[in-house]
Amino acid sequence: MGGHSNEAGPARTGFTGWLNKRLPVDAFVKGSMTEYYAPKNFNIWYFFGSLALLVLVMQLITGVFLTMHYKVGEATAFDSVEYIMREVPYGWLLRYLHSTGASAFFIVVYLHMFRAMLYGSYKAPRELLWLFGMVIYLALMAEAFMGYVLPWGNMSFWGAQVIVNLFGTIPVIGPGLVEWIRGDYGIADSTLNRFFSLHVVAVPLVLLLLVALHLVALHETGSNNPDGIEIKDNKDAKGNPVDGIAFHPYYTIKDVFGVGVFLTLFCIVVFFMPTFGGIFLEKPNFEVANAMSTPDHIAPVWYFTPFYAILRAVPDQQLGALAMALSLVCLVLLPWLDRSPVRSIRYRGWMWKTALTLFVISFVTLGYLGLMPPSPLYTTLARICSVVYFAFFVLMPIYTRLDPVKPVPARLTSDHE
Amino acid sequence: MSTRITRRLGVFSVRLLAPLLLAPLMLAPAAMAAEGHGGEPAHVNWQDWKANNQIGDQASLQRGAANFANYCASCHSLKYLRYERMAKDLGIPDDLLRKNLLPDGAKPTDYMMVNFPKADAEAWFGKLPPDLSLITRSKGSDYVYQFLKGFYVDQSTATKTNNLALPGAAMPAVLSELEGVKRAVFAEQGAVGGHGGGPVVERFEVVAAGSLSPEKYDAFVRDTVNFMSYAGEPSQLQRNDLGIWVVLFLLVFTGFAWLLKREYWRDVH
Repeated sequence: MGGHSNEAGPARTGFTGWLNKRLPVDAFVKGSMTEYYAPKNFNIWYFFGSLALLVLVMQLITGVFLTMHYKVGEATAFDSVEYIMREVPYGWLLRYLHSTGASAFFIVVYLHMFRAMLYGSYKAPRELLWLFGMVIYLALMAEAFMGYVLPWGNMSFWGAQVIVNLFGTIPVIGPGLVEWIRGDYGIADSTLNRFFSLHVVAVPLVLLLLVALHLVALHETGSNNPDGIEIKDNKDAKGNPVDGIAFHPYYTIKDVFGVGVFLTLFCIVVFFMPTFGGIFLEKPNFEVANAMSTPDHIAPVWYFTPFYAILRAVPDQQLGALAMALSLVCLVLLPWLDRSPVRSIRYRGWMWKTALTLFVISFVTLGYLGLMPPSPLYTTLARICSVVYFAFFVLMPIYTRLDPVKPVPARLTSDHE
Repeated sequence: MSTRITRRLGVFSVRLLAPLLLAPLMLAPAAMAAEGHGGEPAHVNWQDWKANNQIGDQASLQRGAANFANYCASCHSLKYLRYERMAKDLGIPDDLLRKNLLPDGAKPTDYMMVNFPKADAEAWFGKLPPDLSLITRSKGSDYVYQFLKGFYVDQSTATKTNNLALPGAAMPAVLSELEGVKRAVFAEQGAVGGHGGGPVVERFEVVAAGSLSPEKYDAFVRDTVNFMSYAGEPSQLQRNDLGIWVVLFLLVFTGFAWLLKREYWRDVH
């Protein structure tokens, strides 16, 4: 590590000295915590990264214990979930923590992504950080979808039917691909088994690796901030950023407060409204999967509904699936679509502010429409919102260049709290 | 004493917090439902009937368990619930459980099954009466409440009755000795009313009175639905009790975390 870190204290002796000769514990703690400098003006939007990490750990731990009691298989899965809910001591708590955790994961991840859009955190030199984040998001979608199938309720079954069939719209290889994914001619026991394997082993491993890469990339570039300027451009005599503060203790303690607020809200849901009015746990999923009985209205869980609404807005199923895939690709390409010379919304002009507002309205509206049964009015609305959604990205290279930006300050405008 | 207080707090907090958090989600449908209903002819809004059951009301749960045992359990199982667990959760003493609720030959540790010859059931009803363990979760408590109050005379069916909440229900109106028998006067065909579709009823006419007054039958159904809601999720009693302490702890924890944060950040300018 840097020369100054050796001067910081006397060489360690005893066990810590022994350990540090063999494992760079001190160096790691300094490099990523006590001497890792973060901008001092993080606001509320900067809580959601650490919260996403918290939810990830919570999902892993509750998942381990759920797996001890869950019995994969079309004849046993549904009953074993009810067994967990009723007979396993605190099984209901494990299950509700895990099911609410899935929704909480997407809430914090969406807010985390929106933070990046507010302050241009995806712009150079943080493009790779954004890309890792996007792959995490896609892996999370796969993880959540397959986890949703495991209780083997009727909505699990029919939701899986609809989502897996989307791959069938791919030209030429589609039908064969769908059969390969399912391992059968329909959603069946073999599908459930492989989704269990992927949900419990493969995707969590991928997620952990990606989160590690996301953090390494973050620590390489350093965090962006609400002003969207580089704190590394202003360093003191020791070479530390003037506008930076040590991640530990300042942000670790601030994040503990954020964790407290989050867990309070989270536990209110877990203990007092775990189905969240049928949004986090849907009513038809309390009936066992039944290939003979289609639910009145098949909708994915809320976190997929913006994309599902785009799919339904397109009259042709094949083009609809394509539009849905493109709506995700657009997000991935954000660092290269945004040509603005400034990062933060604070110094951007009315064009970006208008565009981002319209984007948020269209995204939230699409999410609502995707939950609702289709109607002529809703379909029209979904089409308008889909056009706005894509226009936000497609026109971005143009309006971000024309946007009248304000001058960016050299130092952070101090407004922490 | 303390558990009673806790339960009350639990119920209080659910009532207080649920609307606050759900309000933004509920506003849109509520606003839509309110539209287009002014000035229409009066009709029975059976789709709006609410169970309004209180899961914290143990006496109601006990009455509901007795109702279920007497009127439902000979055909409908609760296959995920054990007699013993139910008695423990509902504060029913062991001797009362054995005397009043346990069928002949069943052990307290048994699940609440029906020993009903399958062939007979199919001959009588055309299908096996469904297990009701999760009916309040898959359809909602209000649905069960509407179903149990929704029977009316209909000579065109095999059972001579029909149901507003489940048209063509195979189940006969087994509670008619309590409720009485009623005829539904339907609005003219094509009349638009009831939210979520379904037949539009202008009024009910009493054909034969039951042994219970309308108010008492309503309480009977409400207790029964309350018990079925419990049977759908026995842990909800525990959940509400534990939840209030968890949330109180987290509020205190968050308060201290805030003070600690403020102390550390004093030297950041």
